Amino acid sequence: MVSIRSIPSTPSSLTHLDLQWIIKHREDRCTLCGRCTTVCPKEAIFLTYRRQRMPKLDILKKKRSSEYRTFTGIRQRTEPANRCIGCGMCATVCPNEAIGPEPNPNDPRVRLLHNDKGEAWKRGGRRNFRGSLLDRIMFNRISMLTDPALDAGRHEFQLNTLLGRVLSPEEFLHRQATGEWIPPVREIFPFIIGSMSFGALSPNMWLGLLQGVAYCNEVLGIPVVMATGEGGCPPWVLRSPYLKYIILQIASGYFGWDEIIRAIPDMQCDPAAIEIKYGQGAKPGDGGLLMWFKVSKLIARLRGVPEGVDLPSPPVHQTLYSIEESVMKMIQSLSMAWGFRVPVYPKISGSTSAKSVLNNLVRNPYASALMIDGVDGGTGAAYNVSMDATGHPIASNLRECYLDLVAQGKQNEIPIFAAGGIGKNGNVTQNGLALIMLGASGVHMGKYIMQSAAGCLGSEQNRCNVCNLGICPKGITSQNPKLYRRLDPDQVAERVADTFMAIRTEMRKTLAPLGRSQSLPIGMSDAIGIDDADAAERLQIKYIC
Amino acid sequence: MCRLALKTATKPFSPYSVLTAMEAMQEGYDGSGLGLLLRGLDFEDFNYRNRSKNQYPILSGIAHNEEALKRLNLLMENWGYKLKYDHEFAVNFSMIEAKDRSKYFLRVYKTPDHWAYFDQQNIEDELLKTRLDLRKNGEENGGDLTAFSFWPDVATIKEVGWPLEIGKALGLNDDRLKARVVMAQGRQNTNYGINLYACHPFFIQGVATMTNGENTAFVPIKELLTGMHYPGYIGYQSDSEVFAHILHYVYKQLKLPLETYKHVITPLKTEELNLHPQGEFLKGLRNVCRRMIIDGPNCVIGSLPDETCFMVQDHKKLRPGTVGGKKGEWAMASEMCGVDAMIPDRDRSLDFQPMRENTIIIPPDRKEMKIWSQFDPYPLPQVA
Repeated sequence: MVSIRSIPSTPSSLTHLDLQWIIKHREDRCTLCGRCTTVCPKEAIFLTYRRQRMPKLDILKKKRSSEYRTFTGIRQRTEPANRCIGCGMCATVCPNEAIGPEPNPNDPRVRLLHNDKGEAWKRGGRRNFRGSLLDRIMFNRISMLTDPALDAGRHEFQLNTLLGRVLSPEEFLHRQATGEWIPPVREIFPFIIGSMSFGALSPNMWLGLLQGVAYCNEVLGIPVVMATGEGGCPPWVLRSPYLKYIILQIASGYFGWDEIIRAIPDMQCDPAAIEIKYGQGAKPGDGGLLMWFKVSKLIARLRGVPEGVDLPSPPVHQTLYSIEESVMKMIQSLSMAWGFRVPVYPKISGSTSAKSVLNNLVRNPYASALMIDGVDGGTGAAYNVSMDATGHPIASNLRECYLDLVAQGKQNEIPIFAAGGIGKNGNVTQNGLALIMLGASGVHMGKYIMQSAAGCLGSEQNRCNVCNLGICPKGITSQNPKLYRRLDPDQVAERVADTFMAIRTEMRKTLAPLGRSQSLPIGMSDAIGIDDADAAERLQIKYIC
Repeated sequence: MCRLALKTATKPFSPYSVLTAMEAMQEGYDGSGLGLLLRGLDFEDFNYRNRSKNQYPILSGIAHNEEALKRLNLLMENWGYKLKYDHEFAVNFSMIEAKDRSKYFLRVYKTPDHWAYFDQQNIEDELLKTRLDLRKNGEENGGDLTAFSFWPDVATIKEVGWPLEIGKALGLNDDRLKARVVMAQGRQNTNYGINLYACHPFFIQGVATMTNGENTAFVPIKELLTGMHYPGYIGYQSDSEVFAHILHYVYKQLKLPLETYKHVITPLKTEELNLHPQGEFLKGLRNVCRRMIIDGPNCVIGSLPDETCFMVQDHKKLRPGTVGGKKGEWAMASEMCGVDAMIPDRDRSLDFQPMRENTIIIPPDRKEMKIWSQFDPYPLPQVA
């Protein structure tokens, strides 16, 4: 049967009421300056002429009629490609508070149509789930009467952690006596800027982060380190004295490693560590993905590829035949590249198989740590189904691994770093310390740093989350100079310093009432409780209500 | 809070004198218990020094009923030990709070004959094993047998109640039992439930410590020690037991000098170690022992098999201890009035309260107190 065309409705047609974000526009305030339509990264709104009926009643002639006026207004596009993403840039630039997106309280049908042309939904950001188990963990072993609580403002706190393989005391003394190799260990701040690649991030964002990290280390005395994602490191950084604050990541595409290896003879210092990425919490089983429009001239040079081509990394390292060989070989090769002076550790996505990886590392004398990235971690680009439904929450995964080390008496030897949803709802110190007390030696945070230090607009309400498209309205994840020049690296650096100073203060405010100041309370599980009996049982901590 | 007193003297003295000194510090404790550890023993009716050459182990503990005592006798006999001396306390049971006490035993045993071929390490491990087996046996029988220590020249008494009352009830004031080192602590642990094993001083293979204050790093340290699967690293009914076990680990297992203990439990900061002559080694040591870093406030008083006594503070030093005395006679206490009560006729201007970096050591010759600082060169340069 031939369909009628008089009603403009197709299976995929939408109205503005079907979208997740609805633009509210106040005509009475609008000056038609056009800034909102210019700034909108999705071209979701446009200025258009509209016609309005003006009822007219002539009482003397006893006659009713209509008049029409034409005005210029804002209209929201309804095509899925131009859907409003709720970033609110229109509100940011509007001089009169005349426009802004509001979340649609109804059931937005647009989510059923994120498969146009057979393309499954890809996006950036985190899992679109706002809850956080870590937010529910409270610190409740308060030393007040049994012993004096400490003064968070004036007492001295040792907050740093160790990154690197730690020997058993017996082995350390033996090697010390015989002059054998002692694995490198770094003393660092336990909140680490997690791996975000030079490619995913704009040059201004990267520069701002690095400036902020250097300031934290050299002026504030907070030994913050940051990890590159896959994709190398700018050549001037590789040859600078700031390399010691950088964890270089090698991932399955090996992008950028030509440049790194060539720079080794010219390096003024060693990097903080090498991270071998085997998996990522947000998209387990996927390699990195840099879309063609983000592969600028600079990125192409760094990665050793032509400009403007898609750069999908394979899901696994090509050398991966078995964990014993490949992990051991990669760890040893990379250790050797820097003369065994740099800690080398793998990063995996949270998984029920994390324990077997860990146990393998315990037996590998060159493995320096294990980094586990939970399902709530962020990414610059992934399929929605990977982000929302694939992976393992970090808390129980970490706890299981830590308790496994405890049973073997190895908890001091292989530090476990945790990531995935730290500071998801802003409670970054609480989340990080909860994981530390569950057994983590430190935590990585990427999305939180973008939000806190650069004003990333993304949220778990699916706000913005277009890092994959290179249209980041704040200039954080774009390689388009028109966009990233919006971001001032100096201001990012200031915010990085602000963020870490606040984390340091909050750590002290949390640890002081617990009576802890002399060492980071790794595994101090007697200090925490949760208001969920099942979670408490699983994590082997107290149930509180 | 626990009150601690240690007295060490060249000439043996009655432990009762230390208990009277504890009374001086009575404002601070709740009278819930007493722990006593004696070294350099001198029995009125048994010449321990000559008869055993200080080699025979002494078993200290409590049989809570007749049946337990019989079992103890049988077990020790089966294991090949020969009873050489059984110190009979002149007990007045009516003064003891707890009612399930049958016999406080303090017995000297000759070790099994085949041990003649054992080396020292082997003997020490066997002695530990015997004590742990007895403890286990007691626990399997409803807690009717408590074994505190089994070691040459060491006696331990632990009981619930007011310290001076316990001393009187056990007839410690009759001068039949004297010692050159007495460690006394006046409280049962109330943080984790009352248990005789939870009372300080804690003892393992010749090393003993007692502590006041709360160690907030207890759980991670306990997990680390338990994970070593060393037979004696059990118990932990008190957060302070880890201090004795860390000392044992550093001193007996790693075989490092006593001064290392302080570097393990309260290591110096990186900035400080960067200036230390053995800073690189000490940083490495701090890294490998970081799980043993304590978080006080604590004052730790301890003694070693050679009668060396020491005191250390935690880093925060919110529980200051005092050491004072004169040649041949020294006292350490958690309160200054405790030192006054133990050795009143000393030069008080020479009293010393250790700072966060100090270890105060009274060597076996008891000639002077040694004030050692973590900033000093490490005493075993060949290791570092």
